[in-house]
Amino acid sequence: MVPSRPVQTGHGAAFRQSFVPAGRDESATNPLAGPPATADPPPGARTAVILSAADIRRTVDRIAHQILESVGDRAVLLVGIPSRGVPLAHRLAARMHEFTGTTYAVGGLDITLYRDDLRGRPPRPLAETRLPASGVDGLIVVLVDDVLYSGRTVRAAMDALRDHGRPAAIRLAVLVDRGHRQLPIRADYVGKNIPTAFDDDVAVHLAETDGSDAVHVVRAS
Amino acid sequence: MTASTTAAHTAERAETADAIAAGPGTVASGQPGSSGLPRHLLSAADLSRDAAVEVLDTAERLDQAIAGREVRKLPTLRGRTVVNLFYEDSTRTRISFELAAKRLSADVINFSAKGSSVSKGESLKDTALTLQAMGADAVVCRHSASGAPHRLAGWVSGSVVNAGDGTHEHPTQALLDAFTLRRHLAGGAHGAGLDGRRVVIVGDVLHSRVARSNVLLLATLGASVTLVAPPTLLPVGVEAWPCEVSYDLNAALAGVDAVMMLRVQRERMDGAFFPTVREYTRGYGLDLRRRGLIASDGIVMHPGPMNRGVEIAPAVADGDGSVITEQVANGVTVRMAVLYLLLSGSDLSGERGGAV
Repeated sequence: MVPSRPVQTGHGAAFRQSFVPAGRDESATNPLAGPPATADPPPGARTAVILSAADIRRTVDRIAHQILESVGDRAVLLVGIPSRGVPLAHRLAARMHEFTGTTYAVGGLDITLYRDDLRGRPPRPLAETRLPASGVDGLIVVLVDDVLYSGRTVRAAMDALRDHGRPAAIRLAVLVDRGHRQLPIRADYVGKNIPTAFDDDVAVHLAETDGSDAVHVVRAS
Repeated sequence: MTASTTAAHTAERAETADAIAAGPGTVASGQPGSSGLPRHLLSAADLSRDAAVEVLDTAERLDQAIAGREVRKLPTLRGRTVVNLFYEDSTRTRISFELAAKRLSADVINFSAKGSSVSKGESLKDTALTLQAMGADAVVCRHSASGAPHRLAGWVSGSVVNAGDGTHEHPTQALLDAFTLRRHLAGGAHGAGLDGRRVVIVGDVLHSRVARSNVLLLATLGASVTLVAPPTLLPVGVEAWPCEVSYDLNAALAGVDAVMMLRVQRERMDGAFFPTVREYTRGYGLDLRRRGLIASDGIVMHPGPMNRGVEIAPAVADGDGSVITEQVANGVTVRMAVLYLLLSGSDLSGERGGAV
């Protein structure tokens, strides 16, 4: 008799009540959130130092040389992905400047708004984006990040760059490649390949963000 | 059947009336999401200082992300639906929300009371349930009845954003004003509030939802606010608001960081609140002489639309330190931030988890 109205069927008040706000710091369970650099390792976890401060310095020097070797004297823009990609990009630019005397432009590119997992996770705070006012057209853009893992961050960064303009080429430099790619992406310049288990944590510490330089692997036991 | 339908309608109207009579605060805005922002944005009073600062910081970052780009669009809310439900005429707020949602790649549906089934007598609740059935992720609501968005929030599973309800609140206007103030007075610094800044809000406070939201939000952010208006244009209970009240504009303007002029809302004035427009302008209009009283780097704001020559002189509106057009531009950015914070991750609440 009574006409059926388009009322909520099941998904309504009941779900609202069961809604529990999730913690913001979910980097431990999220493989894309980057390493939890400041978190203490859980009890029972084994921590191994993979790169010392001196190793990181040599690695940055080598990557700087490799970039110079492959780009020649074409225009380069180093773009760090926050948070630790940005100081790494600055270090690379400083080393490259030392080797050639040329000044290299450095930028930062926040990829949060381009992530493919925004729906199921709490909103993330956005990081700073800073690219040259003249744009990225025609430049060789070297994306710089600390850890290459699933490849999704890099995918997001390439999407973001496409909205900023049309670089002549996009290259990828990472301090650590820990494997477990979920997308067909590889780095052009790799500091160190580290074989890891899927649930290990790779923690990159940099002086600019964490007070000192080191790369640890925290093995899930 | 007819009888029961009518009864249900009457009951629903009574509920709405109760909620409106009881005023704000009776309908909870929902549990806070992890962003610190409530599930719905209904009142500036729902925002903690951290949540408000997060909106401003997010807006600043969004502005950076889009500045100077060829493609001024982000893919962030792709596949989400935002419904603009406007029961009252509005150009700038609706366009601002529409642009904000489109810049984030959401689908936007504009629904205005004119030319819709509302003009055939559909109730707010039935309209809400229709939108719910169509899967709206966010409903941006403007209504001439104070409290209407609060009621709406209880009927739909998506987020509700109050885009102005009666003479009650207009929280996104307050956020964009705070954003503009922070840019000019604190350099837009990440994490900063408006501590120690002095803001004067002048004019028709009685009919102004902008004034109420601004007083609440600016006080939350640490600014000290003074309301200046003729006694007839101050609401009952204004002494309980977190602000000073003055009737003397010249004295109140001395050395302040910002002055915000309110529109004289003649369409809401069914009584005689002041003798003549000219007398109002002499007592409470911002002319060049009064403009000279505020701090040398102070700014002049107006939520628009302006009555030039009534509450603000054209020379002031177009002069130095006027940030009125900037407010409009900032409105889009701030509304993008609000939609981003409300809608990204909203699947966590489970509403659409099973429905999609």
